[in-house]
Amino acid sequence: MFNRGSIINIRGVGHHTVDAVLRLGYATRFIALTLLNSGPSFRRLHLIIRELYFTGVLSMIIILVSGLFVGMVLGFQGYQTLKTYGSESALGVLVSLSLVRELGPVVSGLLFASRAGSAMTAEIGLMKTTEQLSAMEMMAVDPIARVVAPRFWAGVISMPLLAAVFSAMGVYGGYLIGVVLIGVDDGSFWSQMQAAVDFREDIVNGVIKSVVFGIAVTWIALFEGYDAPPTAEGVSGATTRTVVTSSLAILGLDFILTAFMFQGA
Amino acid sequence: MERSTIDLWVGLFMVAGLGALTILALKVGNMGSLGSSDTYALTAEFTNIGGLKPRAAVKSSGVVVGRVSSIVFDNDKFVARVTMNIDARYKFPQDTSASILTAGLLGEQYIGFEGGAEDKPLAPGTTIKPGLTQSAVVLEKLISQFMMNKAAEGSSAK
Repeated sequence: MFNRGSIINIRGVGHHTVDAVLRLGYATRFIALTLLNSGPSFRRLHLIIRELYFTGVLSMIIILVSGLFVGMVLGFQGYQTLKTYGSESALGVLVSLSLVRELGPVVSGLLFASRAGSAMTAEIGLMKTTEQLSAMEMMAVDPIARVVAPRFWAGVISMPLLAAVFSAMGVYGGYLIGVVLIGVDDGSFWSQMQAAVDFREDIVNGVIKSVVFGIAVTWIALFEGYDAPPTAEGVSGATTRTVVTSSLAILGLDFILTAFMFQGA
Repeated sequence: MERSTIDLWVGLFMVAGLGALTILALKVGNMGSLGSSDTYALTAEFTNIGGLKPRAAVKSSGVVVGRVSSIVFDNDKFVARVTMNIDARYKFPQDTSASILTAGLLGEQYIGFEGGAEDKPLAPGTTIKPGLTQSAVVLEKLISQFMMNKAAEGSSAK
């Protein structure tokens, strides 16, 4: 009944489960340490500003372009569907609500994970591989405070801003297609949008979502880099895991947050 | 890259991000018209609210003057009690009537206010008189009424 192969398989399952729980515990300790050591990085603001440049400014182009195109596609597709019901004037509502509530935070979060998150993992993983982190410890510099915390805060700050830029660009793209190209009435496009989009219910909830995604993505990216096995293979595996895990985390968290935010009305 | 250049780009990035948020709040959302301004509460009782939902608009002459904040069922009088937050800029006379209307044939339901002739305005927290509220029109009732009338016409013509 218990041959050698199945015992090895069972042992493997147990090993993976224990390993996953261990890593989760380590990740929790890691984020707690990062938060505890964030004080110094706010006192030396130029560290955060440098990271903001790499995570935020350099992600702007991809966010601007994809926001514009997502908005334009929404404009086309929304118009085709709404035309069937003779309510083309609701195009602005459709474009803005889907962007502000869902697509803005989620798509920019996914782009952020693959554009900035993977870079963070690779950078920290390589720092570990080349023993730069150990060298810092030797010089009594805490690598969590010096390397990890500024990157964490830069990610948390830039994510909602990128999501807001994405949504604004998308609305503009929908406007370009709907009003300028197809010829939906300009006034009803904006006025119906303003009547339907609520500041507290829609925009603030979208910002909350993007802050949560920012925390999740940067946490995963930094932890994977910090925990990467110090080999070339290890760093490449950690980078892949960052993108996969943080994309899944974004989608899962989005479902939970949406269920909480929009359950009733 | 030099530090001042990085500072400049990060500054531009922050301005762009916050600017996008402001545009979303003012141009896309309704922050500009009726967001954080002062409001006062009014209540009205309806026998049937139809499809009215919290956050539905309260309009007078077509202008949005407030929003429905809560709808509860009064178990003593068996009516729906609707609480509305009205923009403090607008005052309505005491004999203002409130009716539940529909925007278009299949549109959202909202509350329409029609001002009366009294001089005194409705004080915050007061309830609109039961005789001055008009419930939502239920399409099924309307159709059955129409059928009844037709049937009655048919039998009297014989």
